[in-house]
Amino acid sequence: MAAAGAARPVLKRAVLLAALAAALAVPAVVTLPFPRHVIIMIFLYGALASAWNILAGYCGQISLGHAVFFGTGAYTSSLLGRELGLTPWLGMVAGAAAAALLSQVIGYPVFRLRGHYFAIATIAVGEIAHTLVANWDWAGGARGLFVPIKRPDSLLDFQFHDSKAVYYYIALGLLLLALGVTHRLERSRRGYYFRAVRDDQEVAASLGVHVAREKRRAIAVSAALTAACGTFWAQYLLYIDPESVFPLALSILICLVAVLGGVGTLWGPVLGAAVLVPLSEGTRIWLGGGGQALDLLIYGALIVVISVVQPAGIMGLLRRRPAGSAR
Amino acid sequence: MSLLAVAGLTKRFGGVVATRDVSFRVAPGELVGVIGPNGAGKSTLFDLVTGFTPPDAGEVRLDGRPITGRRPDEIARLGVARTFQKLRPFPDLTAIENVMIGAFQKTADVGAARAAALEVLAGVGLAERAEAPARGLSTGQRKRLELARALATRPRLLLLDEVTGGVDQATVPGLLRLVRDLHAGGLSLIVIEHNMRVIMELAQRVVALALGEVIADGPPEAIVRDHRVIDAYLGESWRG
Repeated sequence: MAAAGAARPVLKRAVLLAALAAALAVPAVVTLPFPRHVIIMIFLYGALASAWNILAGYCGQISLGHAVFFGTGAYTSSLLGRELGLTPWLGMVAGAAAAALLSQVIGYPVFRLRGHYFAIATIAVGEIAHTLVANWDWAGGARGLFVPIKRPDSLLDFQFHDSKAVYYYIALGLLLLALGVTHRLERSRRGYYFRAVRDDQEVAASLGVHVAREKRRAIAVSAALTAACGTFWAQYLLYIDPESVFPLALSILICLVAVLGGVGTLWGPVLGAAVLVPLSEGTRIWLGGGGQALDLLIYGALIVVISVVQPAGIMGLLRRRPAGSAR
Repeated sequence: MSLLAVAGLTKRFGGVVATRDVSFRVAPGELVGVIGPNGAGKSTLFDLVTGFTPPDAGEVRLDGRPITGRRPDEIARLGVARTFQKLRPFPDLTAIENVMIGAFQKTADVGAARAAALEVLAGVGLAERAEAPARGLSTGQRKRLELARALATRPRLLLLDEVTGGVDQATVPGLLRLVRDLHAGGLSLIVIEHNMRVIMELAQRVVALALGEVIADGPPEAIVRDHRVIDAYLGESWRG
């Protein structure tokens, strides 16, 4: 048993390194724009769902308003670029900071609510933000914002028109960042405290855990990572509007990706994204504009199947196998 | 000086008075029993002392310093630990992870917390169940887990809400031995208990509550002879 215990981490590390090497090599093999786009979206939604998972999966606060932070990231970098000519990289940092700050303002009243009531309140916050931005003329209102196109491609400008390869690596970087933060969290006192708060707030408090502070930290980290993804989205599409970065549908999708993969686990959000994104892109291609409702139908069916068959998500299915196949 | 001094604690829930002008003290190293019929205000008293419920009037002092109005986690960090009447393990955490949450109060290091938690688990006889999910434990094991989790915070004062409640008779002696050992080790305790024989055996002093008021406070032998206690709680059968 000791030998198996020692071999497992080595094997795990080898598998992870191989996966990373494969991920780095993909753009050399996959050269067509569309497959690259699908993988970029898997990384992006994997990162978004991981960020959501920190607050909802580990700390137990189910948010259905995360589009607020996504939109904050997208708009902060785009507006700073328009007004000050700031590089989107600094805009990304500013957006993350703005979202973290905003999350504290939102959290102050909303964290007083629990369970379903918390989730409902986050929906309301999301809709308020959506409406405010849609009516904010200086920020482009409902028409949205164009990110001015700059040529030639440059890393500083965060724009790449010749190939999606750089976007691919940036999206991969965002995913690795989100996973890295989650991994560190799992191995720290903070992560244990988050899970204690998720399971029972009063008992956690009775053991000396400052419940409100742990929730505030969880949402700050979650919001900052989500905002970084928002900036990426703005630079990837070079056009944002309230309908694309603040909708309730996005908040729900982020949640769905994580739930499908397995909440409160490191790899669940990535697995969920790897299943849902191709499904969504596939129905979009095969069914064209007319298929818009169909992918939602499939999502709906998936939600029903998950809740009935395996509430722990894909990770739960993997864990049913003999011990050792998953953490 | 008293470790804990409760003075004039009053709490109303709507029109119902849960506790009225409750005062008592706990000396360092003392084991105080709290008895009273259902609804006497015993658990409310624990909630008031540990900051889960703010009192309408009165004061709680720890080491002479007022702690009334402090948050539960602050009071816990000052060295007051508690268990809950209804067993409440963190269900998705393993037994050892449950205890680690308490142990983290003394260390931020995960390895050190794990080692400390394992030691406490061994102390309550749960070491071999350390990696089991808490939801899979039996009631008796959960009771021990609850105790271990509170102990892992290294409290100076431990509030136990029903040590033997809800566990089968075979488990009771082991739990009592545990509590007695903790007390012998220098820990101060307040123990809520329904079982009179248990409280007689354990406590040095007993505070009797009825309808939210302290009706008697003294050594166990005196309490069982107190007429108000007998009328309010023990009833005719005890006298007979």
